[in-house]
This record gives sequence, structure tokens and C-alpha cells, in this order.
Amino acid sequence: MKAKICAAPYLLWSAVFIICPLGVVVYFALTDKAGNFTLNNLISIGEYSTVFMRSILLAAVATAICLVLAYPISYMLSRMRKSRQHMMQMLVLLPMWMNFLLRTYAWMTLLETNGLINKFLGFFGLGPFQMINTPGAVVLGMVYNYLPFMILPLYTVMIKIDGSLIEAAQDLGCSMTQILRKVLLPLSVPGISTGITMVFVPSVSTFIISRMLGGGNNLLIGDLIELQFLGNSYNYNLGSAMSLVLMILVLVCMGITNTFSNEEELEGSI
Amino acid sequence: MDNTAIVSLKDIVVDFDGENVLNGFSLDIHDKEFVTLLGPSGCGKTTTLRVIGGFLQPGSGNVFFDGKDITNLPPYKRHVNTVFQKYALFPHLNVFENVAFGLRLNKAVGENGKKHKLPEAEVRQQVLEMLELVGLKGFGRRNIATLSGGQQQRVAIARALVNHPRILLLDEPLGALDLKLRKEMQIELKRIQQSMNITFIYVTHDQEEALTMSDTVVVMNKGLIQQIGSPEDIYNEPQNRFVADFIGESNILSGMMHKDFSVEFAGQTFTCVDKGFERQELVDVVVRPEDIVVVPAIQGMLTGVVKSVVFKGVHFEMLVEQAGYEWKIHSTQAQQPGEVIGMNIGPDEIHIMRKMEE
Amino acid sequence: MTRHKTSVWGKLYWALFLTFMYLPIAVMIVFSFNESKSRTLFTGFTTKWYTNLFHNEMILNSLAVSLLIAAISSVLVAVLGTAAAVGINSMKRKSRAVVMNITYIPYLNPEIITGVSMMLLFVMGQGGVNWVLEKLNMPQTVLFGIPTLVIAHITFNLPIVIFSVLPKLKQMDIRLYEAALDLGCNPAQAFFKVVLPEIMPGITAGFLMAFTYSIDDFIISYFTSGTVQTLPIAIYSMTRKKVSPEINALSTIMFGVILLIVMLNSWREDHREKRLARKGPEETGTAGGRAERKRRGKK
Repeated sequence: MKAKICAAPYLLWSAVFIICPLGVVVYFALTDKAGNFTLNNLISIGEYSTVFMRSILLAAVATAICLVLAYPISYMLSRMRKSRQHMMQMLVLLPMWMNFLLRTYAWMTLLETNGLINKFLGFFGLGPFQMINTPGAVVLGMVYNYLPFMILPLYTVMIKIDGSLIEAAQDLGCSMTQILRKVLLPLSVPGISTGITMVFVPSVSTFIISRMLGGGNNLLIGDLIELQFLGNSYNYNLGSAMSLVLMILVLVCMGITNTFSNEEELEGSI
Repeated sequence: MDNTAIVSLKDIVVDFDGENVLNGFSLDIHDKEFVTLLGPSGCGKTTTLRVIGGFLQPGSGNVFFDGKDITNLPPYKRHVNTVFQKYALFPHLNVFENVAFGLRLNKAVGENGKKHKLPEAEVRQQVLEMLELVGLKGFGRRNIATLSGGQQQRVAIARALVNHPRILLLDEPLGALDLKLRKEMQIELKRIQQSMNITFIYVTHDQEEALTMSDTVVVMNKGLIQQIGSPEDIYNEPQNRFVADFIGESNILSGMMHKDFSVEFAGQTFTCVDKGFERQELVDVVVRPEDIVVVPAIQGMLTGVVKSVVFKGVHFEMLVEQAGYEWKIHSTQAQQPGEVIGMNIGPDEIHIMRKMEE
Repeated sequence: MTRHKTSVWGKLYWALFLTFMYLPIAVMIVFSFNESKSRTLFTGFTTKWYTNLFHNEMILNSLAVSLLIAAISSVLVAVLGTAAAVGINSMKRKSRAVVMNITYIPYLNPEIITGVSMMLLFVMGQGGVNWVLEKLNMPQTVLFGIPTLVIAHITFNLPIVIFSVLPKLKQMDIRLYEAALDLGCNPAQAFFKVVLPEIMPGITAGFLMAFTYSIDDFIISYFTSGTVQTLPIAIYSMTRKKVSPEINALSTIMFGVILLIVMLNSWREDHREKRLARKGPEETGTAGGRAERKRRGKK
């Protein structure tokens, strides 16, 4: 059919505005300011290894917390009556529709040294604690912002798990923990791996959360990149090299979760 | 080419992914006939219909309409309309608008030969007439989704017929209906075809449907025509093993023609009504289960042991073993399993067919 | 029954979870009515921050910019994306897989990378345009601003439209299109009379989502906006100043608007679902749209 031609404008568009920009990033990453080939940009990233490690660590911690928090919520959500499920689903997702900057800003006011939480704790003679500008605050910001990204894929796989499977497991003598380990977890693996990617990728690349909740002491990869392009450092070549490394990092992360779920799928199909 | 043929297919070849669906297929269809393409799924019957409708370009071969080559004509330029499998009614339009769809396209040809829009009043009148013809008077405003399967079927027919096609193509139109409705619609379709006085080309895998409605049945298998004929011919005089097997239930045995009117099968020589075979020619012999007369063992030309008896409503179906062959017999009287019975077959009931080339 | 009632512990967990999710929002709403600029002490009720907000030219301008960009880009993306989906749908499996993989790129990539990569492209494009204009002895122009923002927003919204239209095309019975041809439509007529109405829900959903994401986007806009401020960029500059209760007022208004939209939408969905109940199950849930965007990022 001639209908294929309809995709031509889109293909042209994606060539110019999706493929090309990535090529440009690679080009800048591998050249110096004069445009000569160099590996120095990539090599000098080594100096920032602490920042990279911190990004990965904080994002990993946030992802793990999201998984633990989201799992029971998704499960309970999937077992509710249909009408109630709709309402609760809306309630879970509603905060996400709020602008991300405003949500993070709200946590700033809560976490400040003379903020509301410390005020509240003060009534009990506790604190004040240093909460804002700590790695913990950054993790909290990530968890708060991206938790729904974990809940949704988990919920999507869990509503597909037939209730009779759980009953069958109970019938066969499984305890609650055994059901979780032997039935629920294996069946929700696709949701878990999607959720991990969806939380980890934006967490590891954020620069807003670290800037707003982490102060100046908790720089992440995103902050570094932003500094190279719009900040004081102003070095497109180094920034591109960092972007390239970040992209590879994300690809590796997706590769890991992907194979992890694929293997499970294979096992399941036998 | 036959003068009365409205559609002629000449040496049509269609391949899907290297697989031959139609294999040098030729067929003439006469005007104002009810023609059924009958065959198992994958036999190429729907493909044939799509070639006639213009939805599929044959790899080679030609399609003629009224003697003109229309092989490369797109569907919207053919005087042919289709009733699709599962109807393909437009869900965003109501019953009236579905039927009016074709009329509202600017394709009415005026006196000056220019195309123009059909006046609304005329559209309305034609649609209402057509709805009445298919028994859906007063359904115009109804939403498609609120109709039953049978009603949707009628809308689909009306939508196609309102354009006054020379040929109506029907692709297993009754497949989605339940048995009772299907019977009703069979009669209804036949009535509509006769009152519109146009050619119907009907595709089905249901032999009973084909025999009930058609003037001509085209039995197909593996992209080739097996037999063309009236329903009576097809049933009574199957030309080969495939047709015999596909149409109705049959006992098919290998046999040998001794001479004209004499055939040997199942270890016995029978008198038959067939001639024109070579001497000692190996043939296939068909005997319909209802044509075997059950008699006491000593009076039978053949004797066998009843293996099983199943009540089928009108008759009993018995499987009888005789000399290593399992006969299927329909009889109104039940025998006991294990009983030895005799079987007689009259000369008229023996159908001789040449062996199929495999 | 397995769709049982939630246990006491479950309820407690839900309560804690919802508190966590809504506490910041609640605090913002309360303090948007606070008399003083204090962010911890409620000193009295006022609506002056709302009044201030509507006189804040930076906010109003940036809102106008955001709406303009969202309107232009989502209309264009709806057309471009629908055409793309129609094309992709008719492709053979192999070429389709290649195109789909490209489509996933803006999804899978961290937003910051999409942002900086487009910024680099625009910087180079700016250089090229200036060079040409100089040769032609014409005054130089600045690409950065509305044009680059529109391009960027179209780019990150294309997959959204494609992914919401494609399933509708796949669901659609191809025979509907053939029936239109059969009844005398040429392919273009068949598309506009039959296919378009059929996939319209997908296009509308894609358009609305694209509009929302466009208004909401910060990271990609931040890198491609030059000196133009969209609403999220204005919000960002406000949060840098820290003390501005107007931002609370803005948040409250935005939350109110969103709540209204989501509730209207869910009411409409329920309504439609009841109507379609006998036609069998159909895709539901639009509230999950934003997460959907990310979720589909896999595979």
C-alpha cells in the first residue's frame, strides 16, 4: 500500500531531530574545542568518578525503596473492587500531574532546618535535624517523584494475576510468604524490571532534585552535565562526553533488567 | 469466452509469501446466478472473492467483467459490492448512514456525463426502500452496536445492494450467526437475490449452506476447482474423492471396473450405472451412508459386524466392519453392536469416480 | 472471593502512603493562604498571593508562551504523528521494527540527554543559518526561543501520539477500509470518511497528552529555550529565590485545575464504559497517562 509514504515526514523528522542530535553529541564528545579528534574528554571524566558513583548509588537506593514501598500498594490496588480501584488509582496518580518542580519545592519547605517537620518534632523535644542538603533528602525527592512510575507497571502486571492462582497456592499449602516468593514475585517480574528502569533512569540523570534538595554538596551526573551546557563550566565537549557515558549507563541498566526479565520469561514458558 | 459470463477469471495465480494460494485458476460466472465457492479453509475461495472485488492483485492472470479486462481496476471503480465477513459496518455511523454511505459519494452520473451528488431526497428514498427490502424498516436511527448479529447482517446487505451492483460478493456472511438464524438468513438471501435479479457470488465452507442456496456450486481445494455443477450434481455425482468426501458423508472405497456397468469393490462385484472406463481401471467408489439398505445377514450382498450405534435424531448412525473396511450406515432402525447384518446397495446408489491424481 | 477487603494493616499502610504523597501538596495549599511570608508559621488568612500572582508579569508571560507552544506543537504533532502511525501500520514487520526502535529513543533516553543533544544541534543550526544569512547580506536571526521549543516539543511528543494512534489502527478492522473502497470511496476518501473517525479517540488522547506534557515539560525546554521563559522555567527561577508565597498560590491553582480535569475525565470514562459495557472490555485509564509514557519506554 502507498500508506507507507505517510511515515516519510516522520522518518525525516526523526532523522534530523532524534538521530542527528545523538550524532552531534558523539561528535562533540570525541573532539576538542578546535574540532580535532581527542579522547581527553572521556578520559577526564575519571576525575568525576565520585559524582558518577554517587549518582548511581543514590538512584539505586531510591529505586530499591520505591520497589519495596510500591509492591504492597500495587498488590492491594490490584485486589480491590473495580469501582474502588478506579478511585484509588486516581488518588495514587494525581500528585504526579502536579508540576515536578512545584512538588520538589514543597519538600524544600518541609525539610528545611527550621521547616515544618523540624517544627513538628520540636514539640516532642526532638531535633532540629539537618535534613535538607543531605543525600537522604535527594533520595527522598527521587522516591517521592518517581514512586508512581514503579506502582503503575507493577499494578499492570498484578491485575493480570488471576486471584484463583493465589487461592490455588493457598489450597496447596503455601503460607503468605511462600505465596509471595513462589507465585507473586515470579509473575510480577516484567513489572518489576520495567519499574526499575522507569525509576532508575530519571533518578540517575536528574539535576533538579539534587539542586533543590541536595544543596551544593550532593552533585549528580545531571548537575555536571547542566553545568557544562548552561552553567559556569561551559564546556560542550566535556558535557557531551558525560552525556555519552550517562547514555551508556542507562543502556546497561536497561540491558540488565531486560535480560533479567527475559530469562524469567524463558523459564516460565518451559 | 462465454457470452453470458459476467465475470471471467483467466489463469489467476496468487502467492502469499511464496505459498501458492490460487494456482492458474479459471472460472466463468454467469449473469444473475447464485454461485457458491465452497471448500475447506485455505482452499482459496476467499482469495478468489478478493480478486473479483479488487482487493487483491493477482500475480498473473486476468479478470474480465462483461468482457472488459478489469484486472488493474481498483475496488472503488468496479460495479461490484461486497458483504464482508463480520459485516465491517462503520461503527461511527447509524444504520441509515451506513446504508447511505455509497450513495453519498459523488458518483451518480448525470445526463451530461458529469458526476454529481445524488439529491438528498433520492438518497433517503433509496435507503428506506432498501431497509424495507432487508426487513429493517424503522431501524434507520439505530446505532450499529445495538443491533443483533442477524440485523447487522441485513444492514451489510442493504449497504452493498443500495449501490445497485451487478454482482454482490458475500464472504462467509452467515458464519457468525447461530444455527436457527443462519437457516432463516439462507432463505432470506435467496429471496433477495431473486427479487434484485443480480449475480451473487457466495463464499462458504458450509456444504449445507452451499447446497441450499446456490444455482451453481464451485467446489475448491488447494487453489484449484474440483467440480462445478448444480447442487444436485455435486451431491449425487461427485467427480472425485475430495468432492465426495467434502460434500455430505460418504463411504469411499477403492474398486475396479470390470467392464461397463460392472464394478468390483469390497470383495464383491456389483451392477452399476457407470460406463466409459477402461477395462480393469482402478476407480474410487462412493456410497452414501443413507443409500445402504440393512437386511438380515443371509439376504445381504455384503455382511458385516456392527461396531457402534449412535442416535443422531432422525436416524441412527452405525459403523459396520466388513472385510477390514468400516462402513458408515444411516438407518432408521437400530441394530445391536456385535450383531452381524447384511447390506444391500442398489446400482443407482453406486457412484464411480476416476482416481484423483495426487 | 479474592477481591477482598483490605486488612487493617493494609489500611494503615495506605494511610501512611497517601499522607506521604499528599503532605507536600496540602502544606502548599495551606500556606498559599498565609498572611506572612513565613513558610512555617500560619499567621492569618489572605488571598493576596493570588492577586499578586495575577499581576506577576513574568508568570503571565511565561504562561502565554507555554500555552502558545503547547497549542502549536500539539496540533502539529497530532497531524505528523497520525500520519506516521498510518505509515508504520502499513509497513512490513522488519522495517516496522526499525522505525519503532527509533521511535523509542526519545522515550528511553534520559530527558537531559534529549535536551542537551537538541541544544547542540540547534547551536550548530544557528551557526549554519548565520553563515548563510551573512553570505546573503541579511540580518542575523536568533533560532533559540519559540521555534526551537516547538521543534523540541514536537520531537518528544511524537512517540506519544504514535503510541496512542497505533493501537487504534491495529484494533480497527481492515475490512472497514476495504468496505469503504468497495462502496466507491477512493483511498483518500476512505481514510477521511472511515479510518479517521475510527482512530479519532486515539488521536484526541494523543493530542491531549501531548498538550499536557508540553505545558509540563521543564528539562528539555530548559536546554532549548534560549532566553524565552516557559511556565516551568519561570517556576524554576522562582524556586531559586526561595521566598515567594506566590509559588504556593500558583501550585494550588494548578492542582485545582488538574483535579478538575482528572475528575471530569474519569467521569467521562465511567460514562463511556457503562455505555460500552456490553461491547466487551476496552482500554481504560487515562489518569495513568504520564506514567504510561515512561512505562512504554520498555520494549
